[in-house]
Parts: sequence; structure tokens; C-alpha cells
Amino acid sequence: MANKVSLTVNGRSVQREVEPRTLLATFLREHLGMTGTHIGCDTSQCGCCTVLVDGDAVKSCTMFAFQANGTSITTIEGLASDGRMHPVQAAFQEHHGLQCGFCTSGMVMSIVELVEKYDGLDEASVRELLDGNICRCTGYHNIVKATLAAADVYRSGSAAATHTDTLLRS
Amino acid sequence: MHMFEYLQPRTAIEAEALLLANEEARAISGGMSLLPAMKLRLAAPSHLIDLSGIEEMRGTSVDDNVLTIGAMTRHAEVARSSVVRQAIPGLAALASGIGDRQVRNRGTIGGSIANSDPAACYPASVLGLGATVMTPRRRIAADDFFVGVFETALEPGELVTHIAFPIPERSAYVKFQQPASRFALVGVLVSRSRDGTVRVAVTGASSHVFRVPSLEQALAAEFTPGAVENIAIDTEELNSDIHGDADYRAHLIPVLTARAVDLASKPDAVGKI
Repeated sequence: MANKVSLTVNGRSVQREVEPRTLLATFLREHLGMTGTHIGCDTSQCGCCTVLVDGDAVKSCTMFAFQANGTSITTIEGLASDGRMHPVQAAFQEHHGLQCGFCTSGMVMSIVELVEKYDGLDEASVRELLDGNICRCTGYHNIVKATLAAADVYRSGSAAATHTDTLLRS
Repeated sequence: MHMFEYLQPRTAIEAEALLLANEEARAISGGMSLLPAMKLRLAAPSHLIDLSGIEEMRGTSVDDNVLTIGAMTRHAEVARSSVVRQAIPGLAALASGIGDRQVRNRGTIGGSIANSDPAACYPASVLGLGATVMTPRRRIAADDFFVGVFETALEPGELVTHIAFPIPERSAYVKFQQPASRFALVGVLVSRSRDGTVRVAVTGASSHVFRVPSLEQALAAEFTPGAVENIAIDTEELNSDIHGDADYRAHLIPVLTARAVDLASKPDAVGKI
């Protein structure tokens, strides 16, 4: 079969010839030159490579580019629009949710899914639901604060949570 | 990572034919176990048969008191499914506690049980609820399905397409998780059927998921946490590793069983695990 993948990245239609073994993270970084998606551990642990695939947060180091064929991907580069930061990015700035910044792009993408899909978030559930992202600097405290602030923006604003009944682990 | 060919069949029959035609081929569903194994060169398939395009293997339905889940249904879908949450809330709770959020968005129930990881959560539900594993060739009772470490009764090229769970009167799953991996150090699923049959399935403690007749008998007589708290578990077949020795796991089994009984006895308990 032709080794061609065809997908949408941040609203832009993309077609590329790739080897089947090409990871989605490698595809984004090396084939498309979008290095905002980081590769930390390369073993599915740290979550630095998190992107949204059809709205679901996934670790792009643990998915082949071929598996993303036909999907719509959102990366950190696609969050801001018209020069305005996404509410999660703005909350990270406001609450100083980062130090070295390495985990930040994956952390932000993971939290975008979190605030979009879950209602009724509190500190305990945010800490629990962020277990797929590791930060070695902050001790998570300001990341949790930023997440709760962004969740408030979502709840109060037009960007309503899409699954209002599903704080799954309450 | 070694090179391989990537194929995407549209039906389970077609996928089985591709697996049989290529001896070193492997099926990939969510890839949460296989892809990391390929990075480590623990697996080097000649072909990857991607099951994600097979529509017949997705989704959930209830018919005649049986909940059927397609093998390609992802953990997050099972956790969120109103069908599952209504039919077997303990199963939805189990799915919501697997791995982390990103893993739950990719991993599938069929991939998990076909992998038969000794510490995976889903095998406990299949065995503990007395489910039937369905393939294009046959139906396999849960009691016959899990046979060893990463080993099942599946034949070469045989795919899990659906899992059929009889809906119990009540059930719950409780795991004592390894905090880094979220795999079960020990996990226990307890169920009681409408006719009073009790099943207790334990994962994480041995080569593969297993039932504990002494706990089942005690709970059949009296379905209370107190009925199992003092039952001693034989350590001979249990795992010892850096996270816990066999004695520790043996201690956890009745403790977690009692907690699962308690949780199962609470109406509408979706489960804080």
C-alpha cells in the first residue's frame, strides 16, 4: 500500500509519505517541523508529547502517524487564535503554571481536554486526572491552580463542558 | 524500531486472514502495550494489522440481560458509556481507573484481555463477571480464556471481537494500585448474580487472573465484608517482586475483597477506587 498519511493538523490539511514505523510525535516534529510537541521519556509515561486527536488527549509518542490517518490533530501551536491565548494558556501565564517549560505543551494540551470534558473539577480530581503528565519543576501546585482557573472560565463562559455528567471518579 | 508493513482491514474475518497469511504479523488495537514493546524490541512484527477500521468491533449494547462490548471499544468510552454505567456500574468504574487519561483514550478492552497482562484490570472483570469472549470462530468462557502470563486460549490468528457480560445483581472492583504504573498490585472483582452465584476474580497477584473458591463460598453464604476478612490465602502461586511479596499480596486479597463487597452493596456506587 502507499505509505501516505492524510490528516488535518491545526485546521490545515496535510499529506505526507512516511514509513509505517514513524511515530505521530516524530511526524509532527520532524516531518512538519512543529517542535512545540515535546518528547520527554518516549515510553508513554511523562505526557510531554500529548496532543489532541479528534479532541482526545493522547501521547503522540505512543501512536503511529498511520494510526492518525484521517483524524484532526490539535497541537500546542494550534491553540491560540487571532493573537489571543487559549484560556488554558492564559491561566498558565496568570498562575505561573510552569518553570522550565519542558512539560508545558503536553500539560496544556492534556488540560484542554480535561476542562472541555469534565465538569465539577476540584483540586483532588485535577491532581488525579493529571496523572498522565509529569512535571519535575513545579510540584504541580500552580498547574492545579491554573487548571481550576481555566475550568472556571469554561464553566462560566460560552465554552461549556461537553460531558457535564462525567466527573468519573467522584 | 524495526520496519514493518501496516495493513488496515475493514472486517474481523479479513483481519484474521491477514494474521494467518503472515506468521509474524500482530494485530494492533490501541497499541498501549504493543507499541512500547516494539520500541524495546520485545516485539518485532513483520506486519501490523490495525483493527481500528473495523466498525463491527466497536460499541456497547444490552440485550436479554447481557451487556456486550465490542473489543475495539476504548477504556474512556466504557467509563463514560451510559449503557455500561447503568448495566454494570462496577465495570465503568474499573475502566475509569486504568492507566491514565491519555491511555484510556487509546487502550481497548479487547487489546487488554487478549494481552492477558498479569496485572491488568480488565481480565478481572471478564473472569469475575463470568463473561464470554467472542471470536469469529467460537465463544470462549472466561474460565477457559486466561491460561498464563500474557497467554490466552486464542489460537494463532484468532481475534477477540466482542465480550458478553451477564449483568449481575451487583458487582464492584477494587484495586491496590502500583502508584507509578497504575497497574494492580492486587485487584479484586466481586460479583453476585441474580441467582445468588458469587464470583471473586483476582488480578495482579499471580501469573494470570484467577478465582478464589474459598472467598466465593463464604460470600455465597453471607454477602458481607465480615464474611471474608479472616480467610487466609495460600501464598504458593502468588507473585513476589520489589513492590510486594507473596505474603503481602495474600493479605491484600481478602482485604480488597471485603472492600469490594462493601462497595458492591452500596446502591449506584460507581466507585472511588
